Amino acid sequence: MKNVVGGRLGSKHKSASMAKERLQLVLIHDRANLPQGVMEALRDELIEVISRHVDVDSSAVRIDIAQDGREQRLVADIPLRAPKRPSR
Amino acid sequence: MAGKVITITSGKGGVGKTTATANIGAALASSGKKTVCIDADIGLRNLDVVLGLENRIVYDLVDVVEGRCRLRQAMIRDKRMPELFLIPAAQTRDKNAISPSDMVKVCDELREEYDFIIIDSPAGIERGFRNAIAPADQIIIVTNPEVSAVRDADRIIGLVEAEEKGPALLVINRLNLGMVQRGDMIAAEDVLELLAIDLIGIVPEDEAVIVSTNRGVPIALEEKSKSGQAFRNIASRLNGDAVPFMDLGADSSFLNRISKFMRSGGD
Repeated sequence: MKNVVGGRLGSKHKSASMAKERLQLVLIHDRANLPQGVMEALRDELIEVISRHVDVDSSAVRIDIAQDGREQRLVADIPLRAPKRPSR
Repeated sequence: MAGKVITITSGKGGVGKTTATANIGAALASSGKKTVCIDADIGLRNLDVVLGLENRIVYDLVDVVEGRCRLRQAMIRDKRMPELFLIPAAQTRDKNAISPSDMVKVCDELREEYDFIIIDSPAGIERGFRNAIAPADQIIIVTNPEVSAVRDADRIIGLVEAEEKGPALLVINRLNLGMVQRGDMIAAEDVLELLAIDLIGIVPEDEAVIVSTNRGVPIALEEKSKSGQAFRNIASRLNGDAVPFMDLGADSSFLNRISKFMRSGGD
């Protein structure tokens, strides 16, 4: 009987799937060639600039690298805060 | 005649560049194409032994570049395949004995008389690699379905694109179908999805390759060998023939992707 540690728990735990998943992450970083901390810096500065004009939910901002074939793009998801009712 | 220069490279060592060069060259030559294989791995000569021509070397590539002999004198004709020639690497020198422009000059001279010039690149991304890709009309990247080989292949694809030598074509070498079916080897379609370039061949893992290399006879010359057939298919595709891919356990969407290449492939 297979035990939990050594047994196969569906295809997700097969070594080929692990290899593919690990490679997907490694290749994103190899291709983008971004030094450590660049994504965090980008995120913080984007929030700063955009906040000057509109109110954003800074805790929910996400900056990612998306792949399309061999092309890469920065994708920013920046939720806006619900506008406050203007007080008079 | 305007021959085509094809460079076989990989980044990582030991994935089968020299075997691929020898077998694609042998397959092209045995189909009647005038073919020259050049060993660009200066200091680590090996294409000669894989082709079984090591006892016939008099001059090498560095002798040509440095003017000690004419190009024809460094070309060894294979007696089994009269259309196949080898220009061996120097064994006692290093990569710096040759420059990218030397390679372009040698290949431009060969282009006039031969159909295919196949260059065996050294591993790595330094001078030897630069020398090998400088004259290329088409770059073929060899990889194995393993993390380190795929990662290095991706890096090489990026460098080839940066040099405006792309798009490169991919050979997946040493695919073990049993391991793929058990989920313990990255499937060909996954390698292709990760690297996002077009495929020119899948070569199954085959002990007979080692045996044929022991003998100095390219496996592509063995009619019944499956890996030999895979190399012959690559040669046919380079010739512009639409050869269907072998069934190596790929699913139908994968085969659709390949047929996309088949429609656009070849010239």
